[in-house]
Amino acid sequence: MMRLPKFEYHTPQTIAEAVKIMAAAGPAGQFVAGGTDLYPNMKRRQQMPKTVISVMRLAELNQITGDGASGLRIGASVTLTDICEHPIVNRDYPVIAKAARTISTPILRNMGTIGGNLLLDTRCNYYDQNYEWRRAINFCLKKDGDVCWVAPGSSKCWAVQSSDLVPVMVAIGAKFRLASTLGDRIIDAAGFYNDDGIDYLHKRPDELLVDIQLPPTNGWRASYQKLRRRGAFDFPVLGVAAFVSLDQGLVRNAKVVLGGIAPAPVEIKEAACVLIGGPLIDEQIAAAAEAAYVKARPLDNTDFVYQWRKQMARQYTLRALRELQT
Amino acid sequence: MAKNLNVVGKPFRKVDARAKCVGQTKFADDIVLPRMLFCKLLRSHVPHALIKSIDASKALALPGVFAVITGKDLTIPYGILPVSQDEHALCIDKVRFVGDPVAAVAAIDEDTAFDAMNLIEVEYEPLNSITNIEEAVMIDEPRIHDYGDSGNVHKKVSLEFGNLDEGFAEADLVREDVFFYEGNTHLPMEQHAAVAHFDADQKLTLWSSTQTPHYVHRALAKVFELPAAHIRVIATPNGGGFGGKSDPFNHEVAVCKLSMITGRPVKITLTREEVFYCHRGRHPVLMKVKTGVKNDGAITAMHFQSFLDGGAYGSYGVASTFYTGALQTVTYNVPRYKFQGLRAFTNKPPCGPKRGHGTPQPRYALEVQLDKIAEQLRIDPVEIRRRHLVPPNTVTANYLRIGSMGLGACIDKVVEGSDWKNRFSGWDPTTRKLPYGKGIGIACSSYICGAGLPIYWNNMPQSAVQLRLDRQGGVCVMCGSTDIGQGSDSILAYIVAEILGIDPFDIRVVTADTDLTPVDLGSYSSRVTLMTGNAAIQAAERARELLVMAVAEKLGVPIENLSLAERRVFDVENPEVGVSFAEAVVLAESKFGTIGTVGSYTPPHSPGKFKGSGVGPSPAYSYSAAVAEVDVNPDTGIVVVERVWIAHDIGRSINPVLVMGQVEGSVYMALGEILMEEMTYRTNRNVVHKFPSLLEYKSPTTMEMCDVKTYLIEDPDPNGPYGAKEVGQGPLLPVPPAVANAVYNAVGVRIDEVPITPEKVMRALKDKGRGRNPRYGPTNVPAVEWPEPLRVLTPAEGGDGTEMPRVAVHS
Repeated sequence: MMRLPKFEYHTPQTIAEAVKIMAAAGPAGQFVAGGTDLYPNMKRRQQMPKTVISVMRLAELNQITGDGASGLRIGASVTLTDICEHPIVNRDYPVIAKAARTISTPILRNMGTIGGNLLLDTRCNYYDQNYEWRRAINFCLKKDGDVCWVAPGSSKCWAVQSSDLVPVMVAIGAKFRLASTLGDRIIDAAGFYNDDGIDYLHKRPDELLVDIQLPPTNGWRASYQKLRRRGAFDFPVLGVAAFVSLDQGLVRNAKVVLGGIAPAPVEIKEAACVLIGGPLIDEQIAAAAEAAYVKARPLDNTDFVYQWRKQMARQYTLRALRELQT
Repeated sequence: MAKNLNVVGKPFRKVDARAKCVGQTKFADDIVLPRMLFCKLLRSHVPHALIKSIDASKALALPGVFAVITGKDLTIPYGILPVSQDEHALCIDKVRFVGDPVAAVAAIDEDTAFDAMNLIEVEYEPLNSITNIEEAVMIDEPRIHDYGDSGNVHKKVSLEFGNLDEGFAEADLVREDVFFYEGNTHLPMEQHAAVAHFDADQKLTLWSSTQTPHYVHRALAKVFELPAAHIRVIATPNGGGFGGKSDPFNHEVAVCKLSMITGRPVKITLTREEVFYCHRGRHPVLMKVKTGVKNDGAITAMHFQSFLDGGAYGSYGVASTFYTGALQTVTYNVPRYKFQGLRAFTNKPPCGPKRGHGTPQPRYALEVQLDKIAEQLRIDPVEIRRRHLVPPNTVTANYLRIGSMGLGACIDKVVEGSDWKNRFSGWDPTTRKLPYGKGIGIACSSYICGAGLPIYWNNMPQSAVQLRLDRQGGVCVMCGSTDIGQGSDSILAYIVAEILGIDPFDIRVVTADTDLTPVDLGSYSSRVTLMTGNAAIQAAERARELLVMAVAEKLGVPIENLSLAERRVFDVENPEVGVSFAEAVVLAESKFGTIGTVGSYTPPHSPGKFKGSGVGPSPAYSYSAAVAEVDVNPDTGIVVVERVWIAHDIGRSINPVLVMGQVEGSVYMALGEILMEEMTYRTNRNVVHKFPSLLEYKSPTTMEMCDVKTYLIEDPDPNGPYGAKEVGQGPLLPVPPAVANAVYNAVGVRIDEVPITPEKVMRALKDKGRGRNPRYGPTNVPAVEWPEPLRVLTPAEGGDGTEMPRVAVHS
């Protein structure tokens, strides 16, 4: 079977201890929560940290507090299963529970965490392969090589943002709290992701994601539509998060965010422009979906033919926005 | 047989079910022996190259490494077919695909073996690669192998039965269609694993997850030049096989050699990626079918061409090639038939037998084309099939002897079950009964119940069973057959229990061990129930005879009055007069000595005597019919198979629950093939497999599984044990074309290429919207110079199964 490389494993009990170990480990350090992303990557030699620091025993990261009225704080190591089943998440933020339920399989959701999902490594059919396979293509830009095989002329890595929760967090305006030995900071989800498959987060490697802060639910609605081959297991090859707030039947604010098609979530500003100020009717929705279609530029590095994925941006945006009509 | 059956036909649980459910079954990877070493294979990362040098010195210097071997340590070639002895466990002078092994390491643990593997330095001189059928046909150099019909063409076949010109001239309609069926792989849950031990007494034992221990035994004897008597092969329970564990494999040979060198047991467990490289799965096949029909749909002639992308080695490929042309004639009457087949070598993992071996591809072409013909002739697709069935107890144009034939009953069942008459609305789209986007389609098929001939030429039985009865009433059944999850161990127990009147769970079943069990050729070609079943009946009847002779003497009752049931031997006229089964054994052992009997089975001779008649004949043929109901979303092209009604002519169920399990499993595997599975490669990126992983090689989950309504048609076949025919493979065959025909019924597009993916549906719908041919698929086949066909007069033409003399051509 595939074997893990050797590493040192730490299980700190406090955030202060965790960030201290990380600071000492330097670039060879890596936080791990459920391990459903990191350990397979390590077996494939995509990542080979020498020091792995578990965050699963940090009590502060394993709590959900607040509600829709005050806003909800979700600790980064809360498992996806707990998110799916949590009564307040389901009552006040059903879009989060719904998106979480589409992630992978029940067994992997038992291990995987919300923080891990939000920090998920970008994915690519040329990268998510074991060492021997990657050697056969002489490796790629993201790891051990110097060519992006998806776009060989490109100096940029096109590995794909593949979390189902990321576009939702960006659409609803969530914030993330990060901790390090240099102190805490809070960053908007919208500003957290970088459009580069290698350097895909605006986060220093030594920073620990502590919690996710959801805004109060004062009248907005959101939805998420996921395209994938099968009804379980698969990462999104297109995810559409839609958000609207209505004021006397007119759209006051709107956001359409696409995941699974680029190194970062893609906000379709043109779709928001079309929607804001008018009623949420089929005609406006069709125009917004058209804007999503134009902006969606997937490449050939996930499942399915990429031209078809682009066509589906229209269909899935339609579905996501129609869900918000009633 | 008027006798009431107590075991056969009853839904007993499998004899090994509990161990499997609680995790006690010992698979090959569960075997741990003292002082055992671990093996890893270094595989080629280039698709086609000469090996200039291999330097293993750094690997050998690594602490914990016991041995490293390369191709020069194993120079004798092997292969499953006598005509394709083209494999070496480790490549000697050249590699032929990414994943071809070049060196093997034995080390103290798996981590050390892995590290050592990466320290081996191999220098390659790259060669141009051949990546598909078209290239293989066009490009002769470099040759992937130095044998075969020419260049990179492995094999060409050309057979003609009857006068085709006459047949096409008689036709009211002649249709030509081209189809492509993409390759796919078996995806067994258990990765292949093997443990070898060459012991101090110079005997070699191999435990392996193989479907064919007898053939592995033969290959090891050849490669190591050891007497076969010094080699023991034990097939461990297979965690799924589906044809993917039917060849002798390089990793099996490598661990044997490493054990011989180190004197320690050596184990290997493949990674999932390596299982993709073992492959031997479904050949990608390009097909051209020309069929002539009368206005009532009767076929007058068929000319079938197939082009197989074989990958880098022969494997079962020659047989696969013949199979793409063999079974077209056994469902609907085809009075004149011509087959041309070509298999090409390409720089990809080798293809071989997967569930349905070589027949799902041509069946797809035939059944979809028949649907198109039905539309042109305005005949209901049920009727065009039902009207022209091959009659039972006849011989086809290509000399296949048909025994029982339950296809008509199968069609009737699925037509009734699916309410076909109220859902299929004829061919006029304006009067449809189902809403646009919902569709229904039908297809039929047939499969062999065991190949008529063994893989290597011999006159011996293909299956044998040995029974041992002990004086305490124990019964042990020994047979070389291999349980790959289909339940073949249980079938042996059920049949022996039926005849000896005992409980199947009283019986100990010992199988698949070349030291302990008589030869059975293996779990392939749907042969096991029919052949081991017949052998078991013979062995058990012989034991029964000894028992009743002894009991008759003791009780003073005529032999013919004695019955065996409920663990007793008793007088049917006076049931309280009798002895227990154990007492009966004591009486028999006292009279005759130790009770052991044997039984064996050899299939009947085929009526075909021409060269190439070896593939296709079978003691019996199973039949299936399926109706599929689909939902096609015209905005996305996504096809959801909502329901399948399937009827299978099983002859007789030895255990109806196991039969249904095989039918449903076949439907499931067929859904993967028709909707998503693709064994494809990046031809412009060193011919790497696109996604050798369980995550990205898309195969259905339970979420994609449709509802299945299964009907079993029981029309006992005289050649089957209790009339039983096969079920492991046949029910896969009708499902892909039934889905394709249903997609056409739903949205009016023909997808002549498997799998039917949403982008193909969308492209065809777009063409339809623009008034173009609403079809997606290939349009032509490579121009090939075919050999002069071997001509055989059909039985109707007065032929006797031999080929006609070739007309001498003088220059």
